[in-house]
Amino acid sequence: MPAAAYLYLAAVIFTIGLAGVLLKRNALIVMMSVELMLNAANLTFLAFARQSGNVAGHAIAFFVIAVAAAEAAVGLAIVIAIFRSRGAVNVDEVRALRE
Amino acid sequence: MTAETILFWVFAIPLVATALGVIVARSPVYAAMNLVAAFFFMAGIYVLLTAHLIAFMQVLVYAGAVMVLFLFVIMLISLGDEHLFPSRKSAMQYLGVVGALALFSVLAAAIGRTVTAPAMRAVDASFGTVKAVGQVLFTEFLLPFEATSLLLLVAIVGAVVVAKERI
Repeated sequence: MPAAAYLYLAAVIFTIGLAGVLLKRNALIVMMSVELMLNAANLTFLAFARQSGNVAGHAIAFFVIAVAAAEAAVGLAIVIAIFRSRGAVNVDEVRALRE
Repeated sequence: MTAETILFWVFAIPLVATALGVIVARSPVYAAMNLVAAFFFMAGIYVLLTAHLIAFMQVLVYAGAVMVLFLFVIMLISLGDEHLFPSRKSAMQYLGVVGALALFSVLAAAIGRTVTAPAMRAVDASFGTVKAVGQVLFTEFLLPFEATSLLLLVAIVGAVVVAKERI
């Protein structure tokens, strides 16, 4: 398989994740879509690493996984805090900073 | 068709289907289950790219730890299905889909123009193994690696401080 096939697949997954972030109202599903986008970025790193024969891309993918885990922990803590104070995880209803 | 081509499609088609399932599913639990399946298929794609260590980490960290965290929170705040909320089919949403598709067309055009190599280069058997990645990680990327441990510490403390009711 050429590297382009993997890159097209990553582009499709990234687009699906972006559509989820823009479409969904549930903050949890928005975060899941962000995880999909991070995975697509990882796939791109690994495809280019394989194509150029350079293992540094794997190290970057490793860091992306660590950052995604940290992001999930902090993000879900924020979701719980918002749910406690407002009783909603709807991204449309949380706009205290705007008003 | 080579075995790699067949395996690519075996993993790629369910991957796209389950990724779509994440954003189509009405209930957050179904979305999370689709996401777990998507992570497993993604790990299969990583193995095809001879990224054995990253595929292993994908299953361990994503499909294991992160998804358990997601399911915990879904169970903890126990919301109903999304159809309990009034549907927001605003113009902004349709614009969002159009924007996502526009981004895809830009990405596809960029890939089609720049990545023209007909096949991957051959790599030796040690590529992507724990030894090879570990060697790069602990020499060239030592400082980012240590920064990552600090980041995880900050994330742990931050998550506890934010989610706890009373310190």
